[in-house]
Amino acid sequence: MPDYNDFLARIFEILKPFAKQGIILNEESELVTELCLTSLQVMELIEQIEDHFDMSIPLNILPDIRTVHDLALQLEKLSN
Amino acid sequence: MSLFDKFQPIADIRSELKALGIMPFGAVTEKILSSTEAVVNGHKVILAGTNNYLGLTFDPECIAAAKQAIEEFGTGTTGSRMANGTFAGHIRLEQELAGYFERKHAIVFSTGYAATMGLGSTLAGPGDVIVLDADSHASIYDGVRLSGADIIRFRHNDAADLDKRLRRLGDRIDNTLIIVEGIYSMMGDQAPLADIAEVKRKYGGMLLVDEAHSLGMLGEHGRGVAEAAGVEDDVDFVVGTFSKSLGAIGGYCVSNHAELEAIRFAIRSYIFTASPSPSVIASTRVALRLMQERPELRERLWENAHRLYNGLQQLGFQVSPQVSPVIAVTVKQRDQAIAWWNELLQRGAYVNLVMPPASPTDDSLLRCSVSAAHSHEQIDRIIDAFATLQPQAAADHA
Repeated sequence: MPDYNDFLARIFEILKPFAKQGIILNEESELVTELCLTSLQVMELIEQIEDHFDMSIPLNILPDIRTVHDLALQLEKLSN
Repeated sequence: MSLFDKFQPIADIRSELKALGIMPFGAVTEKILSSTEAVVNGHKVILAGTNNYLGLTFDPECIAAAKQAIEEFGTGTTGSRMANGTFAGHIRLEQELAGYFERKHAIVFSTGYAATMGLGSTLAGPGDVIVLDADSHASIYDGVRLSGADIIRFRHNDAADLDKRLRRLGDRIDNTLIIVEGIYSMMGDQAPLADIAEVKRKYGGMLLVDEAHSLGMLGEHGRGVAEAAGVEDDVDFVVGTFSKSLGAIGGYCVSNHAELEAIRFAIRSYIFTASPSPSVIASTRVALRLMQERPELRERLWENAHRLYNGLQQLGFQVSPQVSPVIAVTVKQRDQAIAWWNELLQRGAYVNLVMPPASPTDDSLLRCSVSAAHSHEQIDRIIDAFATLQPQAAADHA
């Protein structure tokens, strides 16, 4: 059963290409406002996590997600 | 911070368009000359971006029925279906729709949006699951969000991805609703319903198909993609609209589930809104009949679809993956799309300009749709208008 750190590691892995010059990728990084992910890119991020962990992530959790930490937390909740 | 702050990006786009003198959103149809020609924003154009697939908006029988209904029943019902807004015509149309689809039950709504959104928000609730195609229409997304159910997307038209998501649900499949469309509204591509139905049979759950853009076009009786794929028995609910092939406004849901009659009284977009006007019901009933009596309409529609699709493809434009009466030309640069939309208008062709987030990707679209009523000459004139847009530039951007 993947835990918070497993999810965090995978999120950082997927987000690496989005960390443009000068942006430090950490748990407090905001997906939309800092990393400038479009809503389509957020969906693709979700899809990659789903495929990697073989889990489905309901769209319902999206409004609660601002930062990398928020996402990892929600994912941990879902897998329990 | 004010309520208006969040609208700034839209206001910025509007200012930009205003400065350019281009008005693609809310272009004004000042005169309608026929089902295929109009005066839009001062330009006489061929209408290549409507949903008037069978060209029935000026059919004499449809018009006569509408006029008579106004004389007999007045201009509006002034009431909800649940109160005083159910007239004999509403019941007849429900029966005729059920008969046409060979289902036992039908509900008529005031718009297709109300039908789709109503079913999406009511069939499933908190604790249930909805699995929907990623490219679903806004009305579906709005409905499922309202429902309170857990919402899971699957990759557009990807039955293998749907399989994965249904598998992961385990026992929850018993209260799961799967939602897909027949023909998708932006690119005109078809759902692989045979494969999707197979996945549904494998795991369970219920299947709703929105055939808004496929009525009258596919399947031996014109019932849409489910009929063409031979999987109508696997479709629990079909939703559709009167505003495309049937040339009016309104929506419907058909099903063999007796429970639909109870669900009817739970759908807020059925209860808390006025019912369709008598003239709309009357013209729709005639259009539904004509659609069945005139198979040549469908033949001409597909002939025109192939003609336009081939013409645009030969010019080097990036078109939808599949021929359909909806033919979308992808334009990667938004400003290019706006300029081209305007060029086309000047050269006598009205098409739809679609920008993200309405378009399924980050690209913009010049979305064309054909009608059975277009002549070959009109289709060729649409192609000629596109030919002036420097298609080589389009190919370079792709």
